[in-house]
Amino acid sequence: MAPLLQSSQPWVEKYRPKQVKDVAHQDEVVRVVTNTLETTNCPHMLFYGPPGTGKTTTALAIAHQLFRPELYKSRVLELNASDDRGINVVRTKIKNFAAAAVGSGRQGGYPCPPYKIIILDEADSMTEDAQNALRRTMETYSKVTRFFFICNYISRIIEPLASRCAKFRFKPLTDEVMSSRISYICREEGLNLDSKALSTLSSISQGDLRQAITYLQGAARLFGSSISSKDLIRVSGVIPGEDVQALFSACKSGNFDLAEKEVGSIIAEGYPVSQMLSQLYDMVVEADDVSDEQKAIICKKFAEADKCLVDGAGEYLQLLGVASNTMRALCNMPQEFSFGN
Amino acid sequence: MLWVDKYRPKTLDKVLVHQDIAENLKKLVTEQDCPHLLFYGPSGSGKKTLIMAVLRQMFGASADKVKVENKNWKIDAGTRTIDVELTTLSSTHHVEMNPSNAGFQDRYVVQEIIKEMAKNRPIDTKGKKGFKVLVLNEVDKLSREAQHSLRRTMEKYSASCRLILCCNSSSKVTEAVRSRCLNMRINAPTEEEIVKVLEFIGKKEGLQLPPGFASRIAQQSNRSLRRAILSFETCRVQQYPFTNNQAIPPMDWEEYVSEIASSILKEQSPKRLFEVRGKLYELLVNCIPPDIILKRLLYELLKKLDSELKHEISHWAAYYEHRLRLGQKAIFHLEAFVAKFMSIYKGFLIETFG
Ligand SMILES: Nc1ncnc2c1ncn2[C@@H]1O[C@H](COP(=O)(O)OP(=O)(O)OP(=O)(O)O)[C@@H](O)[C@H]1O
Ligand SMILES: Nc1ncnc2c1ncn2[C@@H]1O[C@H](COP(=O)(O)OP(=O)(O)OP(=O)(O)O)[C@@H](O)[C@H]1O
Ligand SMILES: [Mg+2]
Ligand SMILES: [Mg+2]
Repeated sequence: MAPLLQSSQPWVEKYRPKQVKDVAHQDEVVRVVTNTLETTNCPHMLFYGPPGTGKTTTALAIAHQLFRPELYKSRVLELNASDDRGINVVRTKIKNFAAAAVGSGRQGGYPCPPYKIIILDEADSMTEDAQNALRRTMETYSKVTRFFFICNYISRIIEPLASRCAKFRFKPLTDEVMSSRISYICREEGLNLDSKALSTLSSISQGDLRQAITYLQGAARLFGSSISSKDLIRVSGVIPGEDVQALFSACKSGNFDLAEKEVGSIIAEGYPVSQMLSQLYDMVVEADDVSDEQKAIICKKFAEADKCLVDGAGEYLQLLGVASNTMRALCNMPQEFSFGN
Repeated sequence: MLWVDKYRPKTLDKVLVHQDIAENLKKLVTEQDCPHLLFYGPSGSGKKTLIMAVLRQMFGASADKVKVENKNWKIDAGTRTIDVELTTLSSTHHVEMNPSNAGFQDRYVVQEIIKEMAKNRPIDTKGKKGFKVLVLNEVDKLSREAQHSLRRTMEKYSASCRLILCCNSSSKVTEAVRSRCLNMRINAPTEEEIVKVLEFIGKKEGLQLPPGFASRIAQQSNRSLRRAILSFETCRVQQYPFTNNQAIPPMDWEEYVSEIASSILKEQSPKRLFEVRGKLYELLVNCIPPDIILKRLLYELLKKLDSELKHEISHWAAYYEHRLRLGQKAIFHLEAFVAKFMSIYKGFLIETFG
């Protein structure tokens, strides 16, 4: 294989922290993990939290800091959702890896503790059976292996596994942390972002640093080294405020056909309905001229539509349903239908 | 060759609509470090065209030399091997496929192909791209497992394999996958833009277009460029020279749905329901997707209903479409919607007219 070119990596990879101490915003995690690295007394760990907050980064950094490069392959097993992790793999592959004996002792500045690390990234997509099969494995080899589980949803990890681990919640990054990391990348890449653009970038990526970096790279390629807040909005897929407003006004008007037309044009523009719902939600919640009761009725339907979308329901009909319900709430039309039952 | 294919622009310089996006894409792929891309937008808006032009921009004319293959993967799943077969379209620089066609085995395809491609990374890095491109169509139809298995792979192999994902509704692509791509929204062309394309094709074909002819086609196209070009060609076949008042033929299946709509507005009875079932079956047999049928039926009904009923009927359309996705037999849910409509409409008629 040819050596990997650093320059051919997208920025998200280029700026992935190599050391635990460089992981931003996850102070508690960093503190505990750094301690661990010093004493090399490592518990099983479970990292959970939303996308792009540093979970995989941290796990890989720990592994790389513990073992010197030559040892890495024999000491660290990384399995993610792209590997088959059915029961059989858990039983055989992990077992084989875990069973082989290890030596210990500090070597060349690396702690090299006397155990192996098994990183199960995206563990929430493992079946319950496979997770159950892991319980035994974890116990049998507890002396010589440490497991790192990584997932977005902790509720998908079965309790017996979760309770064996030290749990770390990765928080969505705050605007300040996001801005400072982005500013650092801007300096490295010779980009120019004013403070408005910086705060826009933080707010549109909603605590997901990977998304922010991708937007930044997109904007840099498209609009050159001086990037404005508008450029970022254009690459981000955020729906322009006017379009959200147009739908909201149509709902207020009480005219079904008008609302249907807006819904049709939103779909034709290709705006993701999930995005529309979240922006419409913000607009409704902040509206002064909508009563709490109306807001409750409107938002309840948002939740239903969101669930249906996750189930795979069509975007047009769901948005139309939301628009119709919103209209009925805003215009005090009866909530109950008169003819169906 | 159909006009839709014949007049598909080959390069980013030649596109007639989405010129701004094409310009942007050109800038995006000049460097080696282009991120993964996710194209999304309504059907017939020009996604595929842009993707093909991007490949061309990245790899030159060799991206056009594609071969169709029926690929077979043997996947070792511990106790058994799973056989997966899928058609791929590939050049030396890219592979394109439709992994959702592998059904519930889509996960294995996604896993295997990316690793395979990463291993066969092109060696030459001077001036050439050091990566291959994998184009995955209809990612919104991928199972959740398959989407999950894309996540880490997209990061791990990002230096050697770049992904271009394509879909209609990006709401159905998981957040984690979207967060790993630069999202490119391809909106449906406006009617004016469609007219421009039709006039361009008319000129190339040496056709005389009566005033307003192209815009009548555009209006009927529901902003789908593909649809507009197809009906333009149908008109050409049906009658040339074009006349001022020449009818733009609707699609057959749309005619059919419109008949269903009028027949259930006229009579609400078990007998009518039975007749309609036959028609719905026929549409399904002809491979018209059930959600499209339902949407069209709603569209036809809304044209005729009182505003009070519009709310109610669209509510039930959404309700049954959702059920249809969860269930297996589309016909049940389509029929249930029709029955629901009949009962509501009958109630309404009795209340209004006694
Ligand atoms: N806390 C952080 N500090 C610094 N960089 C970060 C942090 N979080 C994310 N990043 C950036 O975002 C990219 C993705 O982060 P990472 O792979 O760790 O996310 P994740 O939490 O594993 O997300 P997912 O749940 O989607 O797998 C990294 O390459 C890095 O550039
Ligand atoms: N930018 C363009 N300029 C001129 N003609 C175009 C352009 N984009 C698309 N077309 C025409 O429209 C037709 C449909 O476009 P395309 O196949 O790219 O749509 P699509 O978005 O992939 O649709 P679907 O989601 O249904 O697969 C093409 O065959 C081509 O003739
Ligand atoms: Mg991760
Ligand atoms: Mg297409």
